[in-house]
Amino acid sequence: MSLETYLFYFIMPILSISLILILIRLMIGPEIVDRVISLDLIITCGLGIIATYSIITDQPTYLDIAMILALIAFLGTVAFSYFLIKQKKKEQDD
Amino acid sequence: MTDLLIMILSTIGSVFILLAAVGLIRMPDFYLRVSVTTKAVTLGVGLVLISAAIYFNDISVTSRVTAIIIFLFLTAPVAAHVITRAAYFTGTGLWKKTITDDLKGRYEDKTISLDEGDEEE
Repeated sequence: MSLETYLFYFIMPILSISLILILIRLMIGPEIVDRVISLDLIITCGLGIIATYSIITDQPTYLDIAMILALIAFLGTVAFSYFLIKQKKKEQDD
Repeated sequence: MTDLLIMILSTIGSVFILLAAVGLIRMPDFYLRVSVTTKAVTLGVGLVLISAAIYFNDISVTSRVTAIIIFLFLTAPVAAHVITRAAYFTGTGLWKKTITDDLKGRYEDKTISLDEGDEEE
């Protein structure tokens, strides 16, 4: 069995199943913070999928996109928590 | 030989990511979910990226992968801490079997900062 076949038929389905599980938590998450970490995890799982896909297609250029996505995941989480705290402060002032 | 190493590394990494996703579904509490997912996903993605670096065997790809891994290892704990802090302020409930909450009553509600006077007592 070649490496590409193994990655395509074993690794990619595992990553896809974990994406679906995270998506379920994104939909049912009782609080907004659950949804925020689900979004963070979806992007981080996307990093793994991009790395696997760059091996399958033999294109190392895709790893640049992975770098930018890691940055976006961090900035998104920090921005969400900043605005959550800001909203809480505003409610207490009123 | 290289193919076998790539297979092993990517399998371990993707299994870690799957375990983190299962933990995200199964854990009863937001704080437990954060603590289980951040570590597992960081390790899993790191292993998958290392397998990509081994496959290409090129200095530019390896430096890129190293940059991504270092960035993830630096930012994942910070992001988890910041979002958990925001969750505690906005009143996300603890699990009903939680036996202790050390932060309870330590935060001032007005300024949202730690009440430092209590520590000396």
